Amino acid sequence: MTILIKNGRVVDAVAGISDVMDVLIEGELVSRVSKDIKAQADTVIDAAGKFVLPGLIDMHVHLREPGREDKETVASGTKAALKGGVTSVLAMPNTAPAMDTPEHLRLLKGIIQKAAVAHVYICGAITIGRQGKELSDIMALKGQGVIAITDDGDSVDDEGIMSEAFKKAKEADVLVICHCEDKKLSAQGVINLGFVSTQLGLRGISRESEYKRVERDLKLAKEAGGRAHIAHISCKESVELVRRAKKSGLAVTAETAPHYFSLNEEALVGYDTNLKINPPLRSASDVLAVRDGLKDGTIDCIASDHAPHTDNEKEIEFDRAEFGVVGLETELSVAITELVDKGILDWPQLVEKMASNPARILGINKGRITAGSGADIVIVDPRKEWFVAKDGFVSKSKNSAFLGRVLKGVVEYTVCSGKIAYRKTNE
Amino acid sequence: MKKSGWVRKDLLGLQELSKEEIELLLATADSFKEVISREIKKVPTLRGKTVVNLFYEPSTRTRVSFEIAAKRLSADVINIAVESSSVRKGETLIDTGKNIEALKVDIIVVRHNCSGAAVMLARQLRASVINAGDGWHEHPTQALLDIFTLKEKLGRIEGLKVSIVGDIAHSRVARSNIWGLTKLGAKVTVCAPSMLIPLGIEETGVRVTNDIDEALKGADAVNVLRMQFERDTESAFPRQLEYFKNFGITTDRLTKAKKNIIIMHPGPINRGIEIESAVADGLNSVILEQVTNGIAIRMAALFLCAQANEKLKIL
Repeated sequence: MTILIKNGRVVDAVAGISDVMDVLIEGELVSRVSKDIKAQADTVIDAAGKFVLPGLIDMHVHLREPGREDKETVASGTKAALKGGVTSVLAMPNTAPAMDTPEHLRLLKGIIQKAAVAHVYICGAITIGRQGKELSDIMALKGQGVIAITDDGDSVDDEGIMSEAFKKAKEADVLVICHCEDKKLSAQGVINLGFVSTQLGLRGISRESEYKRVERDLKLAKEAGGRAHIAHISCKESVELVRRAKKSGLAVTAETAPHYFSLNEEALVGYDTNLKINPPLRSASDVLAVRDGLKDGTIDCIASDHAPHTDNEKEIEFDRAEFGVVGLETELSVAITELVDKGILDWPQLVEKMASNPARILGINKGRITAGSGADIVIVDPRKEWFVAKDGFVSKSKNSAFLGRVLKGVVEYTVCSGKIAYRKTNE
Repeated sequence: MKKSGWVRKDLLGLQELSKEEIELLLATADSFKEVISREIKKVPTLRGKTVVNLFYEPSTRTRVSFEIAAKRLSADVINIAVESSSVRKGETLIDTGKNIEALKVDIIVVRHNCSGAAVMLARQLRASVINAGDGWHEHPTQALLDIFTLKEKLGRIEGLKVSIVGDIAHSRVARSNIWGLTKLGAKVTVCAPSMLIPLGIEETGVRVTNDIDEALKGADAVNVLRMQFERDTESAFPRQLEYFKNFGITTDRLTKAKKNIIIMHPGPINRGIEIESAVADGLNSVILEQVTNGIAIRMAALFLCAQANEKLKIL
């Protein structure tokens, strides 16, 4: 099976390339990238006027299987990923059961083998049952293919255990992903603490509850000589802490999610539960700080924190609704609309944030388009706009923060392992 | 009575209302106040309409006030009290609302312990929704009746100095009063221990103080909030006696205030906690007049929303 993608603007951030070229795919690999390839191919795609990017790598995805198949499954989640141009996801371990033992990992790996339509990497749980009490056998998790660990959804409160996790993760060479939240400080908050929470009469979540924990985890990582990846950064202090830690030479990386660089707390007036997210949408100045962090490289990557929830869990009182939004199908378009179009990132930088940096951080050989690289490719029409409607989602859940918005950038094709895995149909 | 100018099917809060809309509500209530002062206190305005009082929080006074208001307008009234603690197990708020609507009910008056509940319900229903208090968010009819009473007593709102004393952070009454009073040009001061002042409240244009004497000094009126110790879940809350000592409205404190200062309270009052009995029952107190005016305000709210909704249905 060969595919020839003609005349698209090919972006490979690692090589610093952004040129109109052809890409020839043979089997599961890219065989040639150059101008005017004359080869015969089973499929020829005219990509004139389009961008040809490495398949996106989203390192923060809740696939919900096993346990909450009503929200999402490996099958539906990876299908949603492909529609959004995402060819690799890192599956978060807060499933039921949690990904805390080899046995549970074997269960998930079986499901992935059968059902996944994109690449799924697995993140293990730092502690047994994500309870923060007893460290998982990280070496054993690594033995089952885990490439990172986190208790995402919760932070490990106990400093001793977290410190030990950094050490064990270093030995096993897996990444520690830090969900930074001091729940004693965030208490029962539901939106950012500030004038909007006052106005709406909702309990607030302070920025402090996030950045104090960022500060702690950076300190513990440093002491352990380990590597920390800070998940879903939402506030200015966290950005600044990571910036300083990087300057001091610490092995730290960070991600943010599309909603943190595009929406602020003002959007919550009206109590839309689809905007109930943890960490919460912050103030306008935090949004600016996150954008600055993306621009200057403090924040290495964009990950969706895809968190599917059913209508039953969202169409209820604000206080009672679940936290989280789906993001796989909108993240690229939101990034194009809010970052590229506004001149905050250029296309190579966008590819860095959504493909090559996550690949580097996770230590996976992906995120590039060059001869010999895996044929995971997304073709995007950068000018075409689309309306985000509830019934357009492939994900089992529709709890998007961008419903009703017009976004720029439409994924036309997603090639995964050399096969056209998604193709936009004309409605 | 002006019949144009009100286009909302719902009354959810005072924040979203314009000065003109608030004035229209007050003027409409004025006419209804005349009605309820008659020997025969009933008008046929909402004959054939059905009002449901859907209460997720225990409340006697607000519910009874809405019930009487609806009956004075000749509407049929049904009361539904829902045990809020079992909500998770039972029907969702929206499902309940839709079921009530399916019974061809015209107006749902909702009281709920979650902020935003009335807003959410209103968005989902064609029936009118009147917010009878949602969490810490708003309690528009209470603020309207407070403002109505003030205006009745002092002839105006513009330029008045009004102090609101008590748990501002957890008070929907405070929020609605702040929006309404500031829109009408009053100078509002809020007074409470620091931990009961919500973050950023000064952005609404109010002055903040922790000193009760400062709050009373020069004030034309003071609205004393009920201290809801029983609902409190935060730790380190000032104890009742300590609160009374530092923030209680007493005859002694009032000697330093304007002689004719108006004393308001949304009720039910906690004698000896936020207000001294002598003050609650004293000459400056308008607490019972507030209760009476509540009926006129709620008649106005029911009437205006029902009328606007009828027009929306035609469109």
